[in-house]
Amino acid sequence: MNHVSTLRLEGELTIYCAQETRQQLQQALAGMDTHAAPTLEIDLSGVVEADTAGMQLLLAARRQAQALGGEVALKDCSPAVAEVMALLGLAPYFDAQGAAGQIFGQEAS
Amino acid sequence: MNLDQALDTFVNESRELLADMEEALLNIEHTADRADAVNAIFRAAHTIKGSAGLFGLDHIVDFTHVVESVLERVREGAVGVDGELVALMLACNDCIGRLVEQTAGGGEPEADLREQARELLGRLSAYMPQAQAPVQAQAQARGDDGGRDAAAASDSDHWHISLRFHEGVLRNGMDPLSFLRYLQRLGRITGVACHTGRLPALADMDPEACYLGFEIGLDSSADKATIESTFEFVMDDCAIRIMPPRSRVSEYVGLIGDLGEEPSLLGEMLVHCGSLTRHELDEALVTQRKAQSLAPLGEILIEQQCVAEPVVAAALSKQRQVKEQKAQEGQSIRIDAAKLDHLIDLVGELITAAAGASLAAARSGNAELQESNSQVEALVESVRHSTLQLRMVKIGATFNRFRRVVHDVSRALGKDIGLVVRGEDTELDKTVVEKIGDPLTHLVRNAMDHGIESAGQRVACGKPAHGTITLNARHDSGHIVIEVSDDGGGLDRERILAKAQEKGLIDGGRDLSDAEVYKLIFEPGFSTAPQVTDLSGRGVGMDVVRRNIEALRGSVQVASRLGEGTTVTVRLPLTLAIIDGFQVGVGRSRFVLPLDMVDECVAYTAEGGQNYMDLRGKVLPFIRLREMFDLPGTPAARENIVVVHNGGQRIGLVVDTLLGETQVVIKPLSRLFAHLRGIAGSSILGSGEVALIVDVPALMAQAAESSQEHSSEAGGPQFSTSSPETGRGQAPRVG
Repeated sequence: MNHVSTLRLEGELTIYCAQETRQQLQQALAGMDTHAAPTLEIDLSGVVEADTAGMQLLLAARRQAQALGGEVALKDCSPAVAEVMALLGLAPYFDAQGAAGQIFGQEAS
Repeated sequence: MNLDQALDTFVNESRELLADMEEALLNIEHTADRADAVNAIFRAAHTIKGSAGLFGLDHIVDFTHVVESVLERVREGAVGVDGELVALMLACNDCIGRLVEQTAGGGEPEADLREQARELLGRLSAYMPQAQAPVQAQAQARGDDGGRDAAAASDSDHWHISLRFHEGVLRNGMDPLSFLRYLQRLGRITGVACHTGRLPALADMDPEACYLGFEIGLDSSADKATIESTFEFVMDDCAIRIMPPRSRVSEYVGLIGDLGEEPSLLGEMLVHCGSLTRHELDEALVTQRKAQSLAPLGEILIEQQCVAEPVVAAALSKQRQVKEQKAQEGQSIRIDAAKLDHLIDLVGELITAAAGASLAAARSGNAELQESNSQVEALVESVRHSTLQLRMVKIGATFNRFRRVVHDVSRALGKDIGLVVRGEDTELDKTVVEKIGDPLTHLVRNAMDHGIESAGQRVACGKPAHGTITLNARHDSGHIVIEVSDDGGGLDRERILAKAQEKGLIDGGRDLSDAEVYKLIFEPGFSTAPQVTDLSGRGVGMDVVRRNIEALRGSVQVASRLGEGTTVTVRLPLTLAIIDGFQVGVGRSRFVLPLDMVDECVAYTAEGGQNYMDLRGKVLPFIRLREMFDLPGTPAARENIVVVHNGGQRIGLVVDTLLGETQVVIKPLSRLFAHLRGIAGSSILGSGEVALIVDVPALMAQAAESSQEHSSEAGGPQFSTSSPETGRGQAPRVG
């Protein structure tokens, strides 16, 4: 890991603030150095509520980071996030707990 | 719609569903095609469970879930429908109803309800195989079935659900999360895999659209319809494929091909969900490649269509149902009863005001004013009619409640009794319907308990062992007549007489007609039942029934034939608020007679002293209102007789003047005058004068009594009330 930048998301990660969250993610991704296989670390410890729309944003951010040659890693998922991730079967997409669970890591994009 | 309103809707809908469920339960034993009834019952339980789940009402969900599981087994044919099960399900129906009432607001159920629920759950578990192990048992059964073509079937014994949400689903307020959460209630989710294939880059996406799809493995004993109904609300917003347990591997191949996504990825997902093993997947992919090389989109797709068809058809029929339901809802609206009452009050005032206006117009002599006033009056009349019509409800719903009463009571008594309902379309005022429930219940129970004999006695008398209670309703001159009949032993005249003498209700040696004898059963403290059962003799006697009915300005009569049965006839006014009246004058006082009871008016031709006259060859007894109500003044030179009828009797009322038809709004008399007999209420006339509404049936009863008591005395019947000041009805003199 060369360049790690961190974005902390707090409060709701839901459809009600999806637009704002997207802007935050966009800005964080735009600030990454695309030449150095950067990693955007997203700190989710302060998220109290999450839904499908919120999770979808994280997936889209990851996809965009990968297109730039980088990666998105989730850090300290709050219980609310962990529950939604488990329900939606998203664990394989994010190496959240440090487990090597990337079954679909090589998906076509 | 906020949450409170949604909860209200839930409670109301649950009530309706429970009523449907009850009706289906009561019908199920008598219908040839039980499948429909079982489905209806199951649907009701399932819908309540589903809605309760959306509100997080766990008490309801947990209880209903077990009920549903038992119904499921009935539907599968594993459990037969018998009287025992119907009774148990009816008890469960009540329990769910109480749970809904008590916990919908978020409260905890009361201790006795919890106890009841526990007891019912215990009884329900007897219908589950091997002490509540439906999942294993069914899996076992499937295993045996599937053994024959095990080679072709997947090893997984759970459902596979494939969901592709449309973009709008989130904006429509649905979150896939809630469906996944709900699925957890149906069974164990063995695995979820999320499709992100359609997800655009962050910059290009609409953050409020949904781009995801899911593959879900669900280990559940629920059937396809149940699982499908989870997605009822998103049918329009997603593509669903549900594959039953042990689907053939080729069907999964079909799924993979049909979704047109990266096959290996989808395959991995199926493995992840536990729906396919890796070995099966490899084989499947080989099969698919072969198939594609032979006939691209050939056989496999045809097969897929076969697979998809039932799901599509089910989805379509579901949508149709929803649409039909919406159409039905559109045809009626719910109104708060208080608003309706207010409207009727206003219409009452309007009638009084309109009468005042037309009176003033008549005095002014202005023809144009009179013309427009008569138009207004005609319209007011229509408005009154329509308004009262709003309150009219069919008595059928009330009658149907008795199917449950008859069912329960006949089980409790160990008698085989059926209920026949006639005239259920007869309409009457809602307030009357509400108040008639209790008296009718008592009459029905009484008929079942005391009227209908035990099966043994019935057979011994040569009657069918199956007893019948008949409820019949019909209209009769502004009244509704409700008859409660049984084909039991009938009233025993001698026993009633003996009992009445023992209780000191009558003197010995007096000759009473049958009708008079039967009337004794309505006296307070009268009961001929040799033993008191838990159904009757609970302090609510027939005297209370009569009092309740009379409080509604109604009357009750009994007809009976020994050995053949008894019929209790209840007559009630259609409405309690406004009546068509016939106005008469005595001196300066105004009286109103209910127009429905007025037959004709004749000139007074009797000789003084007598209180009967010859009306076209028949004797017509009459009452002089002037004497009846002790009014001052001397009779007019030309008096009139208004002939009124009630319950098959006719009587004449002698009055001074006939003032014609009028609509009157009934105002109840103040409590000070509540004990007055002969007066049903008062009304304010258009002129501002007060008119008293004559209670014809009470007057007739009074006349009959006093003609017996004072048969030697000449003159009209007198009030028998003790206090002279309050006993005499003083008609108020106004103006």
